[in-house]
Amino acid sequence: MIEELSLQDSFLEQIDPRVKLIIVFLFSIVMAASYRFATLITALFICSIILLIGKVPLKEIFKRLIPVNTLIILLWLILPFSVKGDPVFLMGPFTATKAGVIYTAQISIKSNAIILMLIAVIASTRIFTIGHALHKLGVPTKLVQLFLFTFRYIHVIYREYLRLLNAMKIRGFEPRTNLHTYKTFAYLVGMLLVKSSDRAKRVHDAMLCRGFNGQFYSLNNFSITKKDLFILFSMISFIIFLGVIEWA
Amino acid sequence: MNKLVINISNICYSYPGGKKVLDNLDLELFKGQKLGLVGPNGGGKTTLFYIIMGLLKPSSGSIEIFGQPVVNEKDFKKIRQKIGFLFQDSDDQLFSPTVLEDVAFGPLNLGKSKNEAIKTAQKTLEFLGLSGFEDRVTYKLSGGEKRLVSLATVLAMEPEILLLDEPTTGLDDTTRTRIMDLLTKLPITMIIISHEINFIEKTTDSIINLKNGKLLTDKEFYIHEHIHTHPYGSYPHRHVK
Repeated sequence: MIEELSLQDSFLEQIDPRVKLIIVFLFSIVMAASYRFATLITALFICSIILLIGKVPLKEIFKRLIPVNTLIILLWLILPFSVKGDPVFLMGPFTATKAGVIYTAQISIKSNAIILMLIAVIASTRIFTIGHALHKLGVPTKLVQLFLFTFRYIHVIYREYLRLLNAMKIRGFEPRTNLHTYKTFAYLVGMLLVKSSDRAKRVHDAMLCRGFNGQFYSLNNFSITKKDLFILFSMISFIIFLGVIEWA
Repeated sequence: MNKLVINISNICYSYPGGKKVLDNLDLELFKGQKLGLVGPNGGGKTTLFYIIMGLLKPSSGSIEIFGQPVVNEKDFKKIRQKIGFLFQDSDDQLFSPTVLEDVAFGPLNLGKSKNEAIKTAQKTLEFLGLSGFEDRVTYKLSGGEKRLVSLATVLAMEPEILLLDEPTTGLDDTTRTRIMDLLTKLPITMIIISHEINFIEKTTDSIINLKNGKLLTDKEFYIHEHIHTHPYGSYPHRHVK
């Protein structure tokens, strides 16, 4: 999800990141609160169109949809059978209800619509730019820094994790269901925590050595163009339109 | 006699609950001097750098930098702008997503404008032969590239003194030679920690050994034997020296 795509000739790349963030924020709220199929399907349809016009490769879209839909498959296995209502079909001892199926379908569509919109925004914007755009929009500096550092060091920590895992493997470690395995994994997690905390200390030291005084400066120059305003205006109208379908 | 830029006297430091790593240590560094610092692992070489930068506080002793005593965080903040410190692990040093942002971080902190900072960053990258690296993602660089970019982040602050902590550890011959050439070319006062005696011999003009918390000064290099591999196998080749 957070891996950046390079969409050089896509119009998505050129939109001011602040505009994109405002749109995705409002859109997600309205989507999360909507239940009518007319609203949900319209939203899903428009999101797909935006991605198509934005020339986002289909492969990338599907790759990013896998995690959320794995979760949704799990929901389909549980939710239809656990909501009370008129029975639709039977599966062994379990009865699926109409209300349950509808509820699960609503969740499936709305989460996919939100993820598609997020792909359109995140995939077309560099993470650092998103951070600075969030800052410009008034998100507290500390949260923005947390976001940026998480992105930067998650790779380092992941590499450290792989190193430790390999160190265990080359000495013949095989995970089994026993105390030895649990203990070893506990050591692994503990080691990662200690290493990450040490790393954080060293990074901070390195920043102090380069005159860090708590302030981040951005090299990005954001400027809203007429095109950005047009996109912001039309997308907000679209979101309001969704709200009208839902609540009017 | 050149100007005394770092004057450390009677510094003691021990890790919490641990042994004494620095024991009444004295060190004088003069302007233009290039000093090699060797010594066993865990001998306190990095600790000494941390103390000079004010990242660790010694239990006793005094530090004077550029003729001024440095005591509290405020003093150290000022001197950090003039001393560049290259960390052992480049991942500690590079935290911005792209190279240009990371190299411009120091100059921006020094109060330069955005355009000036970008200009300085580009100039430094060019000096290090890293033109075209501006938009590269820092965590995707190779080990050697990371080290060179780290050096760029430090040099972009235009320091008067450089503290380099094992600048060539884990690097291939080409990158090592590149760093060696750069360091010989730079007219900056520096202290270099290294375990590679050939490297340190070529880049510095005197070597000191930190052992048991004390500095042992070597005014001259010892003649020594060294073992080397023949990368070209049995093909005829010349020995450079």
